Amino acid sequence: MPQTETQPQPRSTTAEPLLDVRDLHVEFRTRDGVAKAVNGVNYTVHAGETLAVLGESGSGKSVTAQAVMGILDVPPGRIAGGEILFKGRDLLKLKEDERRKVRGAEMAMIFQDALSALNPVLSVGEQLGEMFVVHKGMSRKDAKARAVELMDRVRIPAAKERVGQYPHQFSGGMRQRIMIAMALALEPDLIIADEPTTALDVTVQAQVMELLADLQRELHMGLILITHDLGVVADVADTIAVMYAGRIVERAPVHEIYKAPAHPYTKGLLESIPRLDQKGHELYAIKGLPPNLMNIPPGCAFHPRCPMAQDVCRSVVPPLAEVTGVPGNRRSACHFWKETLDAADQ
Amino acid sequence: MPQTSEPAGEPILEVSGLVKHYPLTQGILFKKQIGAVKAVDGVDFTLRQGETLGIVGESGCGKSTVAKMLVNLERPTAGAIKYKGEDITKLSGRALKAVRRNIQMVFQDPYTSLNPRMTVGDIIGEPYEIHPEVAPKGDRRKRVQDLLDVVGLNPEYINRYPHQFSGGQRQRIGIARGLALRPEIIVADEPVSALDVSVQAQVVNLLDGLQSEFDLSYVFIAHDLSIVRHISDRVGVMYLGRVVEIGSDTEIYDHPTHPYTQALLSAVPVPDPSARDRRERIILHGDVPSPADPPSGCPFRTRCWKAQERCAREVPLLVVPEAFRGAEGPAVHPSSCHFAEEMQVVPSE
Repeated sequence: MPQTETQPQPRSTTAEPLLDVRDLHVEFRTRDGVAKAVNGVNYTVHAGETLAVLGESGSGKSVTAQAVMGILDVPPGRIAGGEILFKGRDLLKLKEDERRKVRGAEMAMIFQDALSALNPVLSVGEQLGEMFVVHKGMSRKDAKARAVELMDRVRIPAAKERVGQYPHQFSGGMRQRIMIAMALALEPDLIIADEPTTALDVTVQAQVMELLADLQRELHMGLILITHDLGVVADVADTIAVMYAGRIVERAPVHEIYKAPAHPYTKGLLESIPRLDQKGHELYAIKGLPPNLMNIPPGCAFHPRCPMAQDVCRSVVPPLAEVTGVPGNRRSACHFWKETLDAADQ
Repeated sequence: MPQTSEPAGEPILEVSGLVKHYPLTQGILFKKQIGAVKAVDGVDFTLRQGETLGIVGESGCGKSTVAKMLVNLERPTAGAIKYKGEDITKLSGRALKAVRRNIQMVFQDPYTSLNPRMTVGDIIGEPYEIHPEVAPKGDRRKRVQDLLDVVGLNPEYINRYPHQFSGGQRQRIGIARGLALRPEIIVADEPVSALDVSVQAQVVNLLDGLQSEFDLSYVFIAHDLSIVRHISDRVGVMYLGRVVEIGSDTEIYDHPTHPYTQALLSAVPVPDPSARDRRERIILHGDVPSPADPPSGCPFRTRCWKAQERCAREVPLLVVPEAFRGAEGPAVHPSSCHFAEEMQVVPSE
């Protein structure tokens, strides 16, 4: 199935994808059984493209990213199958010391909570400089100069004076900029940002997202943006992949998905968020709860919550099939994507 | 679509000149006050019977401190909170206990606000231990089951523990506890911000339904402007311990006149990529100043693109701005800016 996937059309048109995740499976062994966190995820990211992975907690969006970065906790985690092709090489076949050279230098990650991701007892200059000392063998003095340059680049005012300060002396927005600077240090080709602005206030969130988008454009990087916020996604993404219970249920160019979702889960999510520009009477609510990953419903995992569920949904897992008759390269894992699309038109 | 700006209800809670300063001290043996964190620095608003007043602001603006003072978890440094004409900040003992029964709170984090060692029945029934006059002992179990039913949980879950529930279900338990004493006012401090999007809508709809069922008045505190608009009749925008603009939802969202409100609204990502082309983003520079050392004059002037010399000198009052006096329409509402002007930042349909 993964081989039949056609490429999405990002703004840039490099033929070979930067990252190609194929049929990835990840599970966690727990005391109560095996939790299937990722169940056959396929996606590609090209240079200069922003892929947003959207999902609620427990949908497997972060676990997929951790597997790509190679920072999954093993055990209890285990990659149960699949390939992660990065510039044509399967990362899962690399030895740990080879993987270390990829991590940081070729792909980097930005975490949600900058305060706990930074080391509180080292100055930010030392932490930024460490990247150059470890990967490039620079002297501490040169590394510090590069740290100041990086801080300038992420628009931290008075970088020269602040390079010796500690994380707690920075505000939340500034700390997240330092995280971005650290990820950019070695000019990687791919950046994975896991909820980069969730912990920030809305005015600061706007600043940080703008910075991230500018830098990505400038450096022509691939960006995977993991988020639960449909609003943030709308502003920056090229392509959206919606995840539910460890699978991608819909994938589409950003403009198309908001206009007409082709999966009832996406549709429900879009309708359930209150909008700033609309004052409705009652919000649409997706009934029920996300599934327990140790006991994922048979057939389509969304069927117990789906208003359109039929008998076939309870027994047959819908493939991530091509959606035809609409603009853009779209896929939906719903037996009734056609009906869902038609309903959205009305 | 426009809401009536003045709901007919009687004022049930009147807050005036509310101030909370936390002293900053130095020295271990001889503590000396060297300053104060001005968490709340002069807040006025009125809550009417049956309405929802939304309070929005970024972290550190003092909105949660206001909530704590409303339910008497914090004592104000100055100012008055009048519940039906009676200043509750001056009450103590039995009189205070009686008032507190009528003002209940729903907390933000459903994971830490429920005791993990108590059953759901004990958690929801605990308010009856403090106010036994509301429900006689033999009647309590039945009442708790009724409450579970009201918030959409199975009444048979009464003997379960919090960890057996999901986040959304836990928040329902917190709401049931808030309703137990049949209060008139519910202060909800970020009640849905810890929940997933699909569950958020369920809880917001529940709060909406309960309001009409029990004739509740809500003070709804949140940082999410979209949710506040959805649920509120009137909205107050806070910045650095003060309310900078207050009005009906149409007045605030469609006709904001304070630059901070405009920036805040324009920063909210709208889940519609075609809307991004239609709207102008105002990106504020810098961070919120420390409440221990707020700027002179207008608290927003350090980040404001309109700031002039006057803003550093004079504190703008929360009144209808001079430019709009005598005028009519939705732009006429209290806004504490010397240079207030209307600007549409939320794209209309």
